[in-house]
Amino acid sequence: MTAEVTTDRTSGGPDSPGGRGTYAPRPGGAPVARMIAAQAALETRMLLRNGEQLLLTVIIPSLLLVLFSTVDIVDTGEDRAVDFLAPGVLALAVMSTAFTGQAIATGFERRYGVLKRLGASPLPRWALMAAKTLSVLVTEVLQIALLTLIAFGLGWSPRGGPVAVAVLLVAGTAAFSGLGLLMAGTLRAEATLAAANLVFLLLLVGGGVIVPLDRFPESAQAVLSLLPISALSDGLRDVLRDGAAMPWGELGILTGWSVLGLAAAARFFRWE
Amino acid sequence: MNNESAVRVRGLVKRYGARTAVDGLDLDVRTGTVTAVLGPNGAGKTTTVETCEGYRRADSGTVRVLGLDPVADASRLRPRIGVMLQSGGVYSGARADEMLRHMAKLHAHPLDVDALIERLGLGSCGRTTYRRLSGGQQQRLALAMAVVGRPELVFLDEPTAGLDPQARRATWNLVRELRTDGVTVVLTTHFMDEAEALADDVAIIDAGRVAAQGSPEQLCRGGAENTLRFTGRPGLDLGSLLKALPDGTAAAELTPGAYRISGTVDPQLLATVTSWCAQHGVMPDGISVERHTLEDVFLELTGKELRS
Repeated sequence: MTAEVTTDRTSGGPDSPGGRGTYAPRPGGAPVARMIAAQAALETRMLLRNGEQLLLTVIIPSLLLVLFSTVDIVDTGEDRAVDFLAPGVLALAVMSTAFTGQAIATGFERRYGVLKRLGASPLPRWALMAAKTLSVLVTEVLQIALLTLIAFGLGWSPRGGPVAVAVLLVAGTAAFSGLGLLMAGTLRAEATLAAANLVFLLLLVGGGVIVPLDRFPESAQAVLSLLPISALSDGLRDVLRDGAAMPWGELGILTGWSVLGLAAAARFFRWE
Repeated sequence: MNNESAVRVRGLVKRYGARTAVDGLDLDVRTGTVTAVLGPNGAGKTTTVETCEGYRRADSGTVRVLGLDPVADASRLRPRIGVMLQSGGVYSGARADEMLRHMAKLHAHPLDVDALIERLGLGSCGRTTYRRLSGGQQQRLALAMAVVGRPELVFLDEPTAGLDPQARRATWNLVRELRTDGVTVVLTTHFMDEAEALADDVAIIDAGRVAAQGSPEQLCRGGAENTLRFTGRPGLDLGSLLKALPDGTAAAELTPGAYRISGTVDPQLLATVTSWCAQHGVMPDGISVERHTLEDVFLELTGKELRS
């Protein structure tokens, strides 16, 4: 069979399918920064469009903040409730996005072959992970802006330096991302969905978010204080409520979880 | 035509645990052609294609795609190829146009997305998210995603599975346009008519090996025997007919009164059969010489039905 091959790459008009030469090869990946920006924008849109995700990342933290600040359900000591709750709810917001949301979304992306398909695109894997991180950070900025506004409305008066707060938030994000990706990359999507929600609930109750850790038996406290959520909520509270400079102990715990989680995720993550 | 290989596979072996999916497979795809990888489910088509795409590492053998190793040179290869997976590959909450625009953004010189949406009839998807699209719409989106980056080489894994005849034609036309514009196409299929209609070369795969490779014409001509069929009175004495026919010819009564002669069907054989019928007072109704199809070739090579 002889082929009539049209390889005149200038004909066919401005890339409009239908004309001759429309599909003439002109391969190439976009600049990597543009790919990461596009990928992060898409993932953020997917997250903001997903009702269940918004429930976890926006509605639950906001409701907890308003409810527990205005109604005296949990005894938060002699301080005003909002000063105790705001740092905890900020930690919860980080966990909801970096851990629960990211685990569920990534688990289903793996299940539906999205990760596989992107693996054959010009987007390198490291750039995909960078985009995911960027998307998580953008979402967190939105969450923190909203929760901060609500907290101010409830009379919150934070102390401490913004640098220490930012460092803790980033360390918390790294710790939760590692654990979330580990779960998404190793379990079935349905198992990830169930487990990520369960962990969210357990850590919400047992991680110093709304219930102070000193309400638990002393033996439990030692273990609970090592959890990433406890380290993040206590660390933020040390700074924002008590005006501490940098809670090195909590930061150390978060760094430990980050190293463990990210290393395990890098080692065990399966793309399909 | 350029005879350089776009894909060159030698002695590919791929095992999943104890099961050998691909067992010493050789495959060549000439640049600028359409090659159909034809075979029943489980023959190793997808494994072969996914090894070429860099998804799987060969247990042994060599694979070169555009001269590159799909695993070791993945970052250089990926921007040059287009991939259509058998299913999935799209965020369940994404709209068709949104996903296609995103894939376009990952490439340096993508096609015009609006025109491609129009071309593949994806405009009707509107604001529907991927999980609610019909199977046909999902297939067409996956096809669009494979070509939007203007690749040199596209791999289409069962591009028309589950499509209605009209959508199937549209996909065929797009494949022909790709070829006309100089894109090399590798597609897997279990439809013979698809391979016959589209492919310059067909590789018939069975049990992880290439059973035959060549143009559809070559495959249908070479090796395959021809068939003559007629109907007549039941219970004819085929032994006396065979005595009159050359060695290597076979005759059978498939169902009472339905006869099949297999062998080298030439004018002489036809004359012998009809004169034998005349001697025996048999009117050979519906006498016909059958051209071999890829399906016959496949059956002869493997003893299996293609669509199993």
